[in-house]
Amino acid sequence: MKTIEQTTDEILTLAATHFKVPRAGLQASDDFYKKLGIDSLQALELLTRLENHFGVELPDYEVQGVSDFSTLASRIQARL
Amino acid sequence: MLDLTKYDSLGAALRDALTRWPDEVCLIEADREREKSRLTYRQFQEAAEPLAAALQDAGFESGNRAAIIMTNQPKWLISAYATFFSGGIVVPLDYKLSAAEHLQLLAHSKAAALFVEYPLWRAITQAAEFHALRVPTVLVTEAPPNADLAGARRWEDFRAVHAPEFRPRSRKDAACIVYSSGTGGRPKGCVLTHDNYLEQCRALTAMYPFWPGVRYLSILPTNHAIDFMVGFIGPFTCGATVVHLRTLRPEFVREAFTRYKITYMSLVPLVLGNLRKGLQQRFADLPAFKRKVFDALLAANKRLTRRRPNLSLSRLLLKQVHQAFGGELRALFVGGAFTEPQTLQFFYDLGIQVANGYGLTEAGTAVTLNDFNPVRTDTVGRPLPGVELRIVEPDAEGIGEVAVRGKTVMSHYLDDPELTAETIVDGWLMTGDFGRIDAAGHLQLFGRKKNMIVTAEGKNIYPEDIENAFAGLPVKEYCVFAANFIWPQRTMVGEQLVLVLHPEAGHAVDDALRAEISRRNAQLLNYKRISGYAVWDRDFPRTASMKIKRSVLAEEIGKQLDRGAMVPL
Repeated sequence: MKTIEQTTDEILTLAATHFKVPRAGLQASDDFYKKLGIDSLQALELLTRLENHFGVELPDYEVQGVSDFSTLASRIQARL
Repeated sequence: MLDLTKYDSLGAALRDALTRWPDEVCLIEADREREKSRLTYRQFQEAAEPLAAALQDAGFESGNRAAIIMTNQPKWLISAYATFFSGGIVVPLDYKLSAAEHLQLLAHSKAAALFVEYPLWRAITQAAEFHALRVPTVLVTEAPPNADLAGARRWEDFRAVHAPEFRPRSRKDAACIVYSSGTGGRPKGCVLTHDNYLEQCRALTAMYPFWPGVRYLSILPTNHAIDFMVGFIGPFTCGATVVHLRTLRPEFVREAFTRYKITYMSLVPLVLGNLRKGLQQRFADLPAFKRKVFDALLAANKRLTRRRPNLSLSRLLLKQVHQAFGGELRALFVGGAFTEPQTLQFFYDLGIQVANGYGLTEAGTAVTLNDFNPVRTDTVGRPLPGVELRIVEPDAEGIGEVAVRGKTVMSHYLDDPELTAETIVDGWLMTGDFGRIDAAGHLQLFGRKKNMIVTAEGKNIYPEDIENAFAGLPVKEYCVFAANFIWPQRTMVGEQLVLVLHPEAGHAVDDALRAEISRRNAQLLNYKRISGYAVWDRDFPRTASMKIKRSVLAEEIGKQLDRGAMVPL
């Protein structure tokens, strides 16, 4: 079982790779819309990528209103 | 379709629709690749009438209001029908609002009933203001077996066995209260009548007909005026099918087109733009030979459909493109915000009609719509039948404020006669948008007169609604504006919000203040954020009751500062 720290770290790495930004510039508390400069559809793209990586399904409503990596990590962690 | 001139209310029209096409499928619910349910019109009636009966037993009376907070799904439409059947008024609330905003609008609308999905209800019960909620009947859908419903009841169990009483309404009675904005300050509840909807439906389905077998893919929120009309009232009064997809992931939307052979879909400009990018990428990735063949076919299609669409010809020439959309697509409806002409032209060249128009909640669904007769991507089309347009105080180029009159214009703003009087003047709805009507009767838009922005996702943002986010900043005073309100630009795209700061005497905007502004800004939902700030060194003009005179201030700033004074965040 992964720890929340590991999950968060993997999310940050995947987000950095997917949107081609330096990993070192991303932190758990960051707002991913702002930090990555993405819109709501690109956020859904990121979710699909994360689902495939973690092998979980995240319904759209579960991430409604979520905009920071750490909350996203806790939603994923709850489903691992 | 039903002859809507014969009906006085949505409830009466929908009731007849359910018995007119009992064996046609009205709703398909799919989640990702899984189909969850499929209902015929008869089954819809069998689900809705026991709900209406139980609602009436619970004391819900004719003229009472029932709010709905749900994502797109069959229970949304079943709940709305049960409300109309019982003589009630539907209050569709945006499920994307925060729990505090939901509570505010529930209080403002004085809802007597609430239909809500469990995750959204859970959030509402956890909000600080929950104790103030006064809705006698709350029905929660899809709650887990042991969930604490905080006094609410399960939607699925809320049924009575006796036949409900059908409660007639007149055309002038309110059918829906739709909030166009104002969650931060002054809620704007547009009261739309049965007449508004029945007339709008008649006009729209005359241009874009539905019939049994037509399938509409519903991904825009049903609380939005467009989906409520073309994803509920329109198809239901014609015996067509609505497909609810409970995810917005592009890969599943693409799959739904082919699996369900979709005929129509509505979307916002942002999604349309992404669809365009995706297609352009796929065309660019074609091997050289295939690309040449494709380009030749595309050129032929463009030539042959230059003036008029020819769907069967386009489907033949560009078979693969059309098959990717399921092969049955007739039109995409785009709305909620302005769509760039290049995007419309891109799809038109492929033989895919994108019906763009112009509308606002205060005028029902749409005021104008492009009819492709001939093709005009540079306008938002002609007025719908029964809608009159007027340009108020046009300048030398014929550009002025667009005013609308007709049967689809709302009755009034709920509990706000002052705002109603400002907005509906001598029977004309003042839109706050600048436009011009050309020689062919098409409306062209040129930016906004009002202090607001609309994002590509179709969100209307009023600056007053987000000012609270900056409360307590260490400045003398501040105000948020739509940048175009201060520095008018004749465009409807790329709109931005700007924070105007008046620092305390002798103080400047330093790094600490900038950081604080950024921090506050980051707490706002992404589409509500300001793009930058501007510094103003004079006192804001105010009314006797100390309210900022926004128009006067914007004009003063516009005269003294240019747009370059806006510091990006």
